Amino acid sequence: MIDVAAYIGPYPFRHLPHPDPDVLVRVLAREGLSGAWVGYLPSAWQRDPAPGNAALFAALAPHPTLRAAPVIRPDWPAWERSLHDAVALGAAAIRAYPMHWGMGADNSSMRALALACGEIGIPLVLTVRFEDLRQRSPLDVAGDLTAAHVRALARAGASVRIVVTGAGREMLEETHWGLTPAEQERVHWDFAWIWGPPEDHFAHLLRTIGAARFVYGTHWPLRLTQNPRANLDLLPTEMNEVILTDAATLSPVR
Amino acid sequence: MTSSAPLGGNTPLIDAHAHFYHEHAGRTDWARVNAARIRAGDAMGVTYHVASVLGSYGHTSPTYFPSPGDVSRGNDAMVAIATADTQRVRWYVTVNPNHTSHALKEIEHGVARGAIGLKLLASRRADDPLLDPICESAAAYRLPVLHHIWQHRTREWPNQEISDGRDLVRLADRHPDVSFILAHLGGGGDWAHTLPAVRDTRNVYPDLSGSGVDRGMLDAALEALGAQRLLWACDLTMETGLAKLRALEVIGLSADDMADIRWRNAVRLFHEGAFPNAGSATT
Repeated sequence: MIDVAAYIGPYPFRHLPHPDPDVLVRVLAREGLSGAWVGYLPSAWQRDPAPGNAALFAALAPHPTLRAAPVIRPDWPAWERSLHDAVALGAAAIRAYPMHWGMGADNSSMRALALACGEIGIPLVLTVRFEDLRQRSPLDVAGDLTAAHVRALARAGASVRIVVTGAGREMLEETHWGLTPAEQERVHWDFAWIWGPPEDHFAHLLRTIGAARFVYGTHWPLRLTQNPRANLDLLPTEMNEVILTDAATLSPVR
Repeated sequence: MTSSAPLGGNTPLIDAHAHFYHEHAGRTDWARVNAARIRAGDAMGVTYHVASVLGSYGHTSPTYFPSPGDVSRGNDAMVAIATADTQRVRWYVTVNPNHTSHALKEIEHGVARGAIGLKLLASRRADDPLLDPICESAAAYRLPVLHHIWQHRTREWPNQEISDGRDLVRLADRHPDVSFILAHLGGGGDWAHTLPAVRDTRNVYPDLSGSGVDRGMLDAALEALGAQRLLWACDLTMETGLAKLRALEVIGLSADDMADIRWRNAVRLFHEGAFPNAGSATT
């Protein structure tokens, strides 16, 4: 099982202890995970993603279990070439941050990026949030990714593959039940922010939308990697055979 | 995935911040949620849930500003739950300090029915003088006070009179004989602000509950306050409680420090004999 929601690099709004790839490798081993799609955390706040992508590929090069998830910004000149370059360099997935770029749900360039990724066969990773709304810096004004954004991209075309990280039950249900069955199949979700017992939102979603829609994401180094494992371990007894999707199957083989 | 070995380890474990629901709480699945707390607690190895009921949870009066009638109905429901499960459940009596006379009677009535702590919501800011008679009563009955807290109050939020660590410290300084449990360090707002705010006030004990699982929070809390000032707890998200337990193990705490956080600090704060299945805090 791989982690779809790991990062390296500093976070602008609080200190993160050692957000470095060699530490991530040890953490993944401790958690029994075989690898990770890794983003470069500062890229979400940088206008030009190219320097961050270069830093990401360089930092991950010595670590074969860490695969880059670079950022492609579809309103940036020559983004199509950047996308193909990233795939050639071994990207496992592409990250995009429409909220940070001021892009609405109907943004045509985001649809173009989703379709371009789909044609190549590489998943597009969208992040709902980096931290809890209640603790955000006054400068952190991007807001959470909306269900409307995900619905619009899932409807863009049959080839689209989207992985959404950091959604809660409400956002997930608003998206999933607003899509056709074929469109639902294009979206996978991590469950790092979904509540376990006693509310049992995660158990409810496994029953209603199915375990196959879920992939594993830790949100390291922002959050405790132990949380998704704890959520799985605390499922009701009758759900102890839950089989999630291993996101490694969604990405091109390097 | 329940197994025979507790997921949270074999040594005593006290959840110092739990809640239960009841039939007048405006949700039809209240019994399922209560059962899920017990189910998950058993899977984790929770020895005691120290719980409260917050009035009608917004159904007939606001959660954080419960009417006197809802406060009483909630406490009655809490007594019933604790009485039905004396092996696993202890309880806080909940009061609204805007209704002083009712609050004091409710505390007296609660203690007579077995309450071991006092729960304050966000009905009044923590440093408000209206909390003084409540805390004097808590001191007289030797009840620790679990106070709802927003970590770093930077503005008003709807439906609550929010307090932060600095507000609670002002109250704690006025009542040095009362132990104050600062609610849910991981429960919203900026925990990094709370730690220095309460560091020098030795009768304030943050609980670790809340949905927040920020990396670095536990390390910072241990460094600022030490293991004897922290209480393990879950509040509304038990998976984050289990995750924090496992993270504390990874940090590499001594067995003594782990025992303090897991259960011994709670045994010290609450009255003697409150947790017979947990053991002695001096061992």
